Amino acid sequence: MVVQVVRGFYAVAYAVKLCRPNVVCAYPITPQTEIVERLAEMYANGELKDCEYITAESEFGAASILVGAAAAGARTFTATCSQGLILMSEVLWNAAGLRLPIVLVVTNRAMSAPLSIWNDQQDSMLMRDAGIPQVYVENLQEAHDVIPQAFKVAEDRRVMLPFMVCMDGYKLTHAYEPIDVLSQEVVDGFLPRYNPPVYMTTKNPLTFGSYAPPHCYMELRVALQNAMTRAKEVISETCREWAKTVGRDWGGHLVEYFTEDAEVVAVAMGSLVGLVRDVVDEMRSRGRRVGLVKLRTLRPFPVEEVRRALRSANKVIVFERSVSFGYEGPVAIELKGALYRSGNTPEVYSIAVGLGGRDVPRALIVDCINKVIEGRIGEGFHFEGVKPFEEVLAP
Amino acid sequence: MKTYFGPGHGACPGCGLAIAAKTVINALEGRCFVVNPTGCLEIISSQYDRSAWGVPYIHSLFENAASVASGIEVALKVLGRKDEGHVVVLAGDGATADIGIGCLSGMFDRGHNVLYVCLDNEAYQNTGNQQSGLTPTGANTTTTPAGKLQPGKLQRKKNMPEIAVAHGAPYVATASVAYVPDLTRKVKRAVEFEGSKYLQVHCPCVTGWGISGRDVIPLARLAVETGLYPLVEWENGAVVRVMKIREKKPVEEYLKPQARFRHLFTHPKGKEVIGLIQRIADENIRRYNLLMGAG
Repeated sequence: MVVQVVRGFYAVAYAVKLCRPNVVCAYPITPQTEIVERLAEMYANGELKDCEYITAESEFGAASILVGAAAAGARTFTATCSQGLILMSEVLWNAAGLRLPIVLVVTNRAMSAPLSIWNDQQDSMLMRDAGIPQVYVENLQEAHDVIPQAFKVAEDRRVMLPFMVCMDGYKLTHAYEPIDVLSQEVVDGFLPRYNPPVYMTTKNPLTFGSYAPPHCYMELRVALQNAMTRAKEVISETCREWAKTVGRDWGGHLVEYFTEDAEVVAVAMGSLVGLVRDVVDEMRSRGRRVGLVKLRTLRPFPVEEVRRALRSANKVIVFERSVSFGYEGPVAIELKGALYRSGNTPEVYSIAVGLGGRDVPRALIVDCINKVIEGRIGEGFHFEGVKPFEEVLAP
Repeated sequence: MKTYFGPGHGACPGCGLAIAAKTVINALEGRCFVVNPTGCLEIISSQYDRSAWGVPYIHSLFENAASVASGIEVALKVLGRKDEGHVVVLAGDGATADIGIGCLSGMFDRGHNVLYVCLDNEAYQNTGNQQSGLTPTGANTTTTPAGKLQPGKLQRKKNMPEIAVAHGAPYVATASVAYVPDLTRKVKRAVEFEGSKYLQVHCPCVTGWGISGRDVIPLARLAVETGLYPLVEWENGAVVRVMKIREKKPVEEYLKPQARFRHLFTHPKGKEVIGLIQRIADENIRRYNLLMGAG
C-alpha cells in the first residue's frame, strides 16, 4: 500500500491514467481544469501509453470528439461541470442513446446566473434523465477508487452506457487527503482492455446513429431503460468485486449508518456526507436516535435500498445541494417517490444548504436536525443558512 | 463497381446531393468512414434497419460532425488502424456554415486528417427550404420570404472556402455535380494531403429551388458559367487551379428557371437585386480570374 497525500484532481487524473484510456479530450472549466491539466502533463511527458490527449474548442466539441472516438472503438474520458456540462448535454444524451461508454467526471459546480464557480450539485441534476449512471463520491479515496469501476460498469456488455462520476468542486477537487494510491497491476487485474461489441470499421461496415421513425423508436428507448436497470446490479456487483480485490467496500448504491433504530434519518450525497456523519456520531453519543443514509447513485435510483434504509424512520431530512425550482430539492422528490406504498411514510424535510459554495458549518447541520426533531420547521422544502434579506420587486 | 451508397436511399429523383455523396464515396473506393450530421443526406439514407450505406457510417447530431470525425481519426491513429480508410464528413450547408462552424473551426485548428465535404444545396432543404449562411442573395426561402417589402434574402453567401483557407487547410476546393469527373479528381487530390481538407460541392435541390429533376445538372453548370459558383482549388493557401468559363452567361439565365428567384422578375426591388447578383458573379470572375483566355 502506498499512502500519499494528494489533491483531489490528482487522485482522479492518476486513476484515469491507470485505466489506460485511448482518447482523453476536454475543455477547461473551473474547477475541473486541474484534472485535465494533470492528464495533459502526463501526455506531454509520455506517461499516457497508447493515448491521445485532445484539446477541444468547447465542451460540446470535447464530448462530440469522444462520441467519434468511442464509436471507433476507443476507451474515452472527459471531465467538466456546470456551464460546460449543460453545453455538453446534447451530446451526452446522444452518447447514451448511441450506447457509448464514455466516462466523465463532473466536478460539481453551481449554475449561472448569477455566475458562480463554487460548489453545489445543481449541474449534475440536469443530466438525471439522460440514461447515464451517476455516482456521487464523498472523499478523495472514493473518487480515486471509483474511476476504474466507472469504466468497468460503462463497458460491461449488459450496460454499454456513459458513466458520470460526480465529485464536489473545490471541496473535493482541491482538497488534500491521504489516499492509498492504486497500482497499475491492481487496476490491470480489475479492468480488462476495452473490447467493444461493435465499432466503426471498414472490415464490417455498420451504420451508427440511425434515425428511428415512430414504428421503431420506442423499442430502442425500452432497451435504454433495460440497460439502466441492469446497470443497477452491475454497479453493486462491481463494487463488491472492488471490495474483494482492493479491500475497500464503498457500499454500492447507498450506505446506511445507524439507521436500524433511527427515528430521524439524514440523507446526503457527496462531500457533505462526512460532516453529517460526524454530527450523527455526536448526537448518538448523547442518546439521540439519529441515522444517516449516504446516497451514492442518483441514477439508476436504488428504490429498494432506499425503502430498506428508511423503513423505521419517522422523519427524513434530505440535505439538498440543488433545487428543482418550483418544487423541492430533487433528492427529496426521488425519495418520496421511492417511499410510495412502502409501508412507511415518514415526514420528509427537503433542506437546501450550501448553494453556490456557501459554507455549510457543522452548527448549521446540527441546527437543521434539531429544528426537525423539535418540530420547529414544517415538512417540505426549506433553504437554510440564508442571510435575512429583502427581495425588492420591480415596480 | 461495388455499391457503397444505395440503391434504396430516399432522395428525390435528380437530387444533386445524392449524386455528390455517391461520387465522393466511389472516388475513395469505399475505403472511408462517413460522418454525416443531421440533414437531407442523413434522412434519405440512415433510417433504422434500412441503411443505404456500404461503408462505416455515423450520424450523431446536427452541429458536431467535424468533432465526431476528429474523434474517429484520433481513435484510428491510437488504435493502429489508420490504414483502414479516410475519415470523411458529408455535411449540408447549414450544418457546415451555420450551426456546426464552431466544431469545424476546431477541427481545422487541430489539423485532423479529415476530408470535410460540404454538400451545398443552399438552404435547410430537408426541413423545407429555410435560409442558411450559404443561401445566395435574392433567394426566396421560408425564413427569408419574398414579401411586399423584402425581395428574398438580402445578405451574401458566406465564403466558406476562404474561411477554410484562412484556417490553414492544406487543400480547399469547390466543385459541382455538373462536373462529376472534376469532383472525383478533387476528392482523390484532397486525400493526398495530410490534415483537414475542405471540399464544397454545389448540389441543386429539386424541391427547395423549385426545379425539375432534369434541370439539376444544366442549372449546376449555369451556376459555374455565370460565375456565381466559381470552381476553385487552393493548395497550401494558394489558388492553383480554376475551372475557366468559355463564354460568360448572364445571371438571369441561371435565375429564371428557379422558383426561388422567380419573384425577382416581378418584385419592385427585383431589378436592383438582379443587378447585385450580377455584380457578385462579376466579382467572382475577377477575383478568381475565371474567364477563358484571360491568363
